[in-house]
Amino acid sequence: MSATPLLSVEGLTKHFGRAPHLLRAVEDVSFHVAPGEVLGLVGESGSGKSTIGRLVLRLIDPTSGTIRFDGDDISRATERQLKSLRRKAQMVFQDPYASLNPRLRVRDIIGEAIDAHRLASGARRTERIGELLETVGLPAAHMVRFPHEFSGGQRQRIGIARALAVEPKLIVADEPVSALDVSVQAQVINLLQDLRRRFELAMLFISHDLEVVELMCDRIAVLYLGRIVEIGRAEEISTRPRHPYTRALLAASPKADPDAPKIRRLLKGDIPSPLAPPSGCVFRTRCPHATGECAQVVPALRAAGDDHRFACLYDIADEGRPAAA
Amino acid sequence: MEQSPILLFFRRMFRRKLVLVACIVLFVIVLMALLAPWVAPYEPTAIRVIRRLKPPNELNWLGTDEFGRDILSRIIYGARASLGIGFAVVMVSMTVGTLFGLLAGYFRPLDGAVMRVVDALMALPDILLAIFLVAVLGASAFNVVLALSIVYTPRVIRVVRASTLVIRELPFVEAARALGVSARRILSVHILLNVASPVLVQATFIFAYAVLAEAGLSFLGAGVPPELPTWGTMIASGQQYADDAFWVVLFPGLAIVLAALSLQIVGDGLRDMLDPKLRKAL
Amino acid sequence: MISPPLLAIDDLEVRFRTEEGESTPVRGVTLSVAAGETVALVGESGSGKSVTSLAVMGLLPRPAGRVARGRILFRRRSEQIVDLAAMPSSEMRKLRGSEIAMIFQEPMTSLNPVLSIGEQIAESVRQHMGLGRAGAVKRAVEMLDLVEIPDARRRVDEYPHQMSGGMRQRVMIALAMSCNPSLLIADEPTTALDVTIQAQILALIDRLRREVGMGVLFITHNLGVVAEVADRVTVMYAGQVVESSPVKDLFRSPRHPYTSALLNCLPARAKRGADGRRMVQSIPGTVGNVGEGCAFAPRCAHSIEMCRTSSVALEADGERSARCLRWREILA
Repeated sequence: MSATPLLSVEGLTKHFGRAPHLLRAVEDVSFHVAPGEVLGLVGESGSGKSTIGRLVLRLIDPTSGTIRFDGDDISRATERQLKSLRRKAQMVFQDPYASLNPRLRVRDIIGEAIDAHRLASGARRTERIGELLETVGLPAAHMVRFPHEFSGGQRQRIGIARALAVEPKLIVADEPVSALDVSVQAQVINLLQDLRRRFELAMLFISHDLEVVELMCDRIAVLYLGRIVEIGRAEEISTRPRHPYTRALLAASPKADPDAPKIRRLLKGDIPSPLAPPSGCVFRTRCPHATGECAQVVPALRAAGDDHRFACLYDIADEGRPAAA
Repeated sequence: MEQSPILLFFRRMFRRKLVLVACIVLFVIVLMALLAPWVAPYEPTAIRVIRRLKPPNELNWLGTDEFGRDILSRIIYGARASLGIGFAVVMVSMTVGTLFGLLAGYFRPLDGAVMRVVDALMALPDILLAIFLVAVLGASAFNVVLALSIVYTPRVIRVVRASTLVIRELPFVEAARALGVSARRILSVHILLNVASPVLVQATFIFAYAVLAEAGLSFLGAGVPPELPTWGTMIASGQQYADDAFWVVLFPGLAIVLAALSLQIVGDGLRDMLDPKLRKAL
Repeated sequence: MISPPLLAIDDLEVRFRTEEGESTPVRGVTLSVAAGETVALVGESGSGKSVTSLAVMGLLPRPAGRVARGRILFRRRSEQIVDLAAMPSSEMRKLRGSEIAMIFQEPMTSLNPVLSIGEQIAESVRQHMGLGRAGAVKRAVEMLDLVEIPDARRRVDEYPHQMSGGMRQRVMIALAMSCNPSLLIADEPTTALDVTIQAQILALIDRLRREVGMGVLFITHNLGVVAEVADRVTVMYAGQVVESSPVKDLFRSPRHPYTSALLNCLPARAKRGADGRRMVQSIPGTVGNVGEGCAFAPRCAHSIEMCRTSSVALEADGERSARCLRWREILA
């Protein structure tokens, strides 16, 4: 592990609204991301994964907790103070259609990033926009086009070029491939892998797709109803999960292999509403192993080997899973 | 096959024949208003008492009024004032309404105050509010524009605010914020460009309402002074002769109906074309 | 199998008239579904899989869309075989929701927001099964029990907006099942759902299929879901069926180059490169203009001159079929 993390988040909490409609989106979340490292945030609806991404970029204000980025505490920084964060941390969005202003040409969409930080002007600006387009695999000449002239995958590339324009150290990628077709998804995954290496980018990779996350990420944090239930190295999480929810999530993801054992262990019931999360362990209402104690105590993250932690009162042997390949 | 977007725009717009007709009617009215000194057969104020209250004839196609003034000429010149006032109202209410709508929609703390004023103004019937304002301000073309702008600005604020609330949550606005783009640019580029179409549609409707309201105000004596020929003042001053000389009120009335109806139809056409949901249903 | 399949689509072509001219989103679909089996129809966006399902249901938007060629044969409960493509819409309406049912991706848009879910199911069974009011309500509760909605007796009075996405999809399935259909068409029924909920819904559809013995045409873009639910798979590309195979054969030894390229795009099949990074294979380019030859030829690593010039027929071989001139050579 690197000595100083690029991003470190401590006790981050975000509540929306107020009682009785208080929505607990993120509850006491802590993690860190080293320079050049990719951390995956995995979870289903209501897990708070997208909210965390927006908090880290300070697009929304945290209720409590601290966010340190590149040495500075940005948890309560004003928009003026955030100017330097905006140069160092960028976002890539899920929806390739809604994330580009339909009324602007690609040149102006990417140029806006350059203008906001006065990075280049005149001919140099145009040249830079062309460079960025080529970096993401689009012809420079396409800068005069409007977003509707591109396919979903190409639009996603434009969104990535926009994020790269400020030469960031961190990219928050919020489900960047989930709206794309499988074949296009593969192209964008490979592009992100390339760029990551080329620019030594750190990433917060938000996704509900465990297979994509496992491929893209060095470490994975599994979230459920606003809390981290397990965090650790990617192979570790996918081959030796310790939390019952992580196991259930892995078991429930359909494998593209008809010889793989069919999904056998189903989680019962629905994900509870973040408006009324369960007491104690948030997962207990669906957990096959829940006891009375689980309703009383909020389990703390505890170590399970090298850089692997999980939040369960018990350490239940994984009987329902076939041996890892 | 790439089609020019402008061509496609007009093809969509005019798929309904009625919209095409309305556009042509509007175009002719506007052209006449602009070219009034050249197309009007007589001076609109030329009084010829011997030819007073003549029915339509070969000299005065639409007849003459109680002072022997040519009604066709007065309608053509009246279009200048009526449409001018309507247009001014549109410009003022669009500008002010868009500004406040954007601010109210984007800066949440402002929202409450702005919307309360809007709700209060919209709770009053349009024409009553306009009469009250003109009564307070005094009857003049300028004050009519002012009064009608105050009446219609809240509508624009509503539309712009509602659109802004939706657009501000879209990822491309979030992306701009993440890039550190200033609030002013986000509002003036990202949001304004995307509220432009609903505002444009609203503009045609307000234009139509303003032409009608101006006529109504003038008819009730709360509008522009009678010396200035507008379609409203023509009806107002001609109403006492209407029993014997129907043309005195009929033709200005028709002009109002034609202009307002055309504007409404064009507005409907624009809305159908710009609303993707309605477009698909076509 | 001696009895003819439940559904047999034969060389279907669907045309759409749009502002920009005529398009052919489906131009050669042949597939069959037998009673009791699940056939997955797979393809990426624009492949024509959803249009195919709409054609089967007689739900093509009119007057823009029409079946231009081909037959959609359906074996009715009376063993009579009818061509759905040529059926008058009034007849089709009777068939829909009784012998053929459909579930969609977004149940919210297919449920009536102002009627309680019980009323919606009761209305449907009264219409199709001629039950009285009390009988219909009782049946509605049974249906909710069947789709494993907990506390059905109470929830029968709830409205769609009071339920979660997963619960609404269950209601949608209950509605579809309420008249004992012999064919269920499921168009991306789990795409909008969370993974753990998706698993529940897939298990539910599978259980119902086994219990009722209905055929399921399962339309999806998710190859993981295909492996999970399908007995046989039909792959579509640019409006055509390019391959049909039993599920295990398809994943083990795909015959059409598009199928194998698509499978290699899966993150789970990522390969470690020389630099130690795991990369996924991808398919270069995008679906282009469809010309004379094989639609996939411009993106295919194995294409030769002939692929681009001569039209390629779907070649059947036992249980499998592929639309490729060179599949034998490529496999060898």
